Amino acid sequence: MNPLPLLSLVVFTPWLGAAVLALLRGISPATTRALTLAFSLSTLALSGLLLFQFDPHSLSPQFVERHPWIVALNVHYHLGLDGLSLLLVLLTGLITPAALLASWSHLSPSLPLPLSPSSSPRLFGSLFLLLQGAALGVFLALDFFHWFLFWELSLVPAFFLIKLWGGPGAPRAAYQFVVYTIGGSAFMLVGFAALFVATGTLDFAQLAQLGRDGTLAVKLSGGAHEVVFLGVLLGFAVKVPLWPFHTWLPATYAEAPTGAAMFLTGVMSKMGVYGCIRILWPIFPTPLHNAAPWLIVLALGGVVFGAFAAIKQTDLKRMVAYSSINHLSYCLLALFAVSYATDRNVATGPAVSAAFSGTLLQMFNHGLSAAALFACVGVLQTRKAHALSLPSSGTGVPPVSLHDFGGVRTAAPILAGLCGLSLFSSLGLPGLNGFVGEFLIFRGVFGLHPVAAAIATLGLLATALFLLTFWQRVFHGPRAGVTATAFAELNPIELATLLPLAALMVVCGLFPGLLTGLFNPLITSWADHLTLP
Amino acid sequence: MSLSAQYLWIIPALPLVAAAIGALTPRSGRSLVAGAAIVALVLSFFISCAALSTALANPAAHLTHNFIWFELGNDTVRLGWLLDPLTAFMCTMVTFVGTLIFVFSLGYMQGDENFKQFFCFLSLFAAAMLGLLVANSLLLVFICWELVGLASYLLIGFWFHKPAAAAAAKKAFITTRIGDLGFLLGLLWLYDSAGSLLLYDNGNGVLEATVLGALGSAATVCGLSVASAIGLLLFCGAVGKSGQFPLHVWLPDAMEGPTPVSALIHAATMVAAGVFLMARVYPLLTPDALQVIAIIGAITALLGATIAVAQYDLKRILAFSTVSQLGYMMLAIGVGAPSAAIFHLLTHAFFKALLFLGAGSVIHAAHHEQDIRQLGGLSVKMKLTFSTFAIGTMALVGVPLFFSGFWSKEAILHAAHATAGSHFPFYAALVGVVLTAFYNTRLMAETFFGHARSHAAEHAHENSAVMTTPLVILAFFAIALGFLGTPAYPWLQARLSGETAVHGHSLLDGVGLLVLSSVLVAVGIGAGFTLYGRTRRLRTKATAPDPLAIAAPRTHAFLGDRLKFDELYAATFGVVNTLLATASDWFDRYVWGGIVHFFALLGEFSGTVNREADEQGLNGGFDATSETLRATGQAYSRAQTGDAHGYLRFLAIGFVVLALVAMLGGVA
Repeated sequence: MNPLPLLSLVVFTPWLGAAVLALLRGISPATTRALTLAFSLSTLALSGLLLFQFDPHSLSPQFVERHPWIVALNVHYHLGLDGLSLLLVLLTGLITPAALLASWSHLSPSLPLPLSPSSSPRLFGSLFLLLQGAALGVFLALDFFHWFLFWELSLVPAFFLIKLWGGPGAPRAAYQFVVYTIGGSAFMLVGFAALFVATGTLDFAQLAQLGRDGTLAVKLSGGAHEVVFLGVLLGFAVKVPLWPFHTWLPATYAEAPTGAAMFLTGVMSKMGVYGCIRILWPIFPTPLHNAAPWLIVLALGGVVFGAFAAIKQTDLKRMVAYSSINHLSYCLLALFAVSYATDRNVATGPAVSAAFSGTLLQMFNHGLSAAALFACVGVLQTRKAHALSLPSSGTGVPPVSLHDFGGVRTAAPILAGLCGLSLFSSLGLPGLNGFVGEFLIFRGVFGLHPVAAAIATLGLLATALFLLTFWQRVFHGPRAGVTATAFAELNPIELATLLPLAALMVVCGLFPGLLTGLFNPLITSWADHLTLP
Repeated sequence: MSLSAQYLWIIPALPLVAAAIGALTPRSGRSLVAGAAIVALVLSFFISCAALSTALANPAAHLTHNFIWFELGNDTVRLGWLLDPLTAFMCTMVTFVGTLIFVFSLGYMQGDENFKQFFCFLSLFAAAMLGLLVANSLLLVFICWELVGLASYLLIGFWFHKPAAAAAAKKAFITTRIGDLGFLLGLLWLYDSAGSLLLYDNGNGVLEATVLGALGSAATVCGLSVASAIGLLLFCGAVGKSGQFPLHVWLPDAMEGPTPVSALIHAATMVAAGVFLMARVYPLLTPDALQVIAIIGAITALLGATIAVAQYDLKRILAFSTVSQLGYMMLAIGVGAPSAAIFHLLTHAFFKALLFLGAGSVIHAAHHEQDIRQLGGLSVKMKLTFSTFAIGTMALVGVPLFFSGFWSKEAILHAAHATAGSHFPFYAALVGVVLTAFYNTRLMAETFFGHARSHAAEHAHENSAVMTTPLVILAFFAIALGFLGTPAYPWLQARLSGETAVHGHSLLDGVGLLVLSSVLVAVGIGAGFTLYGRTRRLRTKATAPDPLAIAAPRTHAFLGDRLKFDELYAATFGVVNTLLATASDWFDRYVWGGIVHFFALLGEFSGTVNREADEQGLNGGFDATSETLRATGQAYSRAQTGDAHGYLRFLAIGFVVLALVAMLGGVA
């Protein structure tokens, strides 16, 4: 056992930060910023420690903390970390500080109304840290009880961040986001309540064991098994989102302030995929297998229609949001294809490992590039607000359209370069991070369900189309619109937001082994035990 | 000098370093970046020469060096380098032609404010292209394939402030990506069936007997064997990259890039990558697949030459000529003569680079005027450019015996004639020969003869040595290279086929074809000269109509509009794309969004009903009761002196504590 409860530290340090910020009433905005950033960086620092001690070859969770909590309900406080969790903890550690840097103006006191809550840097900082801690809790909890607490708690700070600091339509978008997601989660909660009644446990590992050996199907007889599965599925389907449960997403991402949008797409969108891999697939192998042909169709819907809907968007944030739907649908497609092919053909081992590796890489890589893209759009938004003498944050902030700019590359070559890098990473250019994950997903899906892979290539084409249109309209051509007058190049804070992400895109693209090394033994064992009861 | 395959990576790595230097140097570091780019490529050229001598020592060998990229499940994903004559010849050509074009660019791009960036992108291109050539893994080929696409995108759109250039760059990227999706699927299929993407791997590579045997015996899909399907999917990638029908539409637009780019990327090297790919995976290609390749190649050869007849833009004529020549190469692959295809690829690289640089020299001298109607009379003003351009044209046309294009085209015609498959490609190729001779004669006559028809052309004068020296060197090779592969001593083809012995035969064998193609060339030149070249036929005014336009105005206009392919695609794929996008968006907003909205309204409605029922029905009674209670309570509170809020607060806290104790179960 570890002498230090490292994982608890990972989860609760940001919350401690939130509490500290809440209590220190009189501190200056500069101190607030420094404290927020420092506490958010704790995750990165601690995951450095974790990386150092982590053994990728051990297949069971590491750094486990397990204490009885509510004995009457057989609930344990149970944290643990494997390759999958580690990857996402790392991602959270990287994205949160970047998102905070992108929110630098929200952490500054320069806003006009001193009494409105949205002018309080402390509130912003502590909400963000609360959000970070909740997401980390989701990635580390191994017992449904507090996993669900973290899952739901993440909504509260997200709601306020969107509502108070978002664009003109933010209150409505935030409301829809929270109600829709809670609606999905409610079904999941009922499902787990039924599981608890039937099995008496809420521990993921134990439930997975029962799911694997068929006990669950026996205990939940008469269709209850399928109903419970559907309930849990619905919770994740809304969260990821799975097409067509995605309609909350474009509005939410578009209205959210830049930093929150970066976190939503970079980290929170991974919570759903994570849940599918950690919970849905192990606990419900048979129902998932049976539903897989239909679910593949829905995932393909996300891949294809998500990308095509993005072509139609003129609001840049909505466009990037749709691109997120498309990218995450690849992850789901891979998972469903694995489930679909389970037991159909024994020779699918390499395809299954490719599908899983691809999914995990895609989660990480999409986190980097989508967050970077939102940061770039955020910069464009700030410039537009500046040119129109509007506030650069809050409800007065103007939406950014495809037609607002022109020739930005002439005015701000560094912004153009970094945004171009993110775009090409996002459209899967080899040599950058996005390619490896997508290639492996396609490799896996092709081996398991070739037709689905062939249809999904349409998504690749449409993605290239809208991302290059974005690039062409905004960055190329003569200087026009907002760019016609002064257009400032990236300032140091914006550079600090984008440069680390850009560097990682290149590094992860050239050396995917750095990431796959963390989880390869894990997914190999998953691929080896792919049989239905 | 010999070179181990292990060190082959240095060839692409050097330009990559130059590109990195270019990226990190500020805009003012012009000479540093250009110098680094040229030095790197020259060094790569020397290493390529070493590689060539190694490969020629044992042409049948495929020297490889494979390494693990990352682990995947129980398997690993491996990449590697490959050295064989194909790689070595291509690398030598790319680095040599590339160096000359880099040097030419020093002069051509001199006044451009983004001079530094230009050399950075050129180096990036060279690195990706060379990586593609030395790759021993189809995955690595694909990676570099996409990267050359990126470099091409950046360079076509180099003058991105021009909307036409920005649009052309996007069009090129998207069009080639359509082909690349086929490539990707072929790659995945091959990966899935063979379990590896290494080309040569001690007997387990995808081009080696074990895998080929297994693929050959695999089941059929829709009447196609798996091997044919994979071959055709890979060919899709080549169709996109090499501007083959029906994806040729991007290549003429790519001429929006600076002319050295057109010479290097869109004539000599990148567009030939598709031909290279097909030659590389030739062992995989089944007769069915080859038949399709030959026919597509033949259509492209004919199509390009036909459209070129009615173009007025100097560079676009050359671009369509490139399309047509690439068709010839593809045709050669299809009729089973990959070595003839590569021979033509190599000679074409030299003479087409020469022609494009010559065109660049003209355009630079004529202040960026590239409409041939506005030029004229340059033969006296630019003697060196004119004479080298003439050599390039004769090589392209295939003027007999002394020009490289003649011999390489001859090899293709021979192979097409000897093929067991359809003879359509052969006849198409013959017609193409006439057309090629015709439109090139027209090009020469309009550009270099007669009077200068614009202010720009009048004041044109020869360029500096930095631009003309590459022309002279390329002109030398446009002649000399042909002698490496004459039927009498087909040294190049023998080495490419892995043979050490050269089996030549007398030129009198198959002399009929030799004579036939010479006659066809003569017919084409004669027709061109009659219509455009005779003194009284020479164009006098820029606005004078083309003789063909007078003879057949509608056909000429149709050809001038490139057979309306762009319009056709816009009306079909463009519309489908827009419809799909609109439908996706509409569904989201109104159908899925509507359903969600409906549920929200339902919730709101039931809430309202509930509330109304509560307020009006239930609460009516309660209100009365509670009013009484409130009055009583007020009376009590007035009577008492204690703080009711304080009591309530204690009560609440006590309740919470009790609840917590119960939940944690600690006390019980």
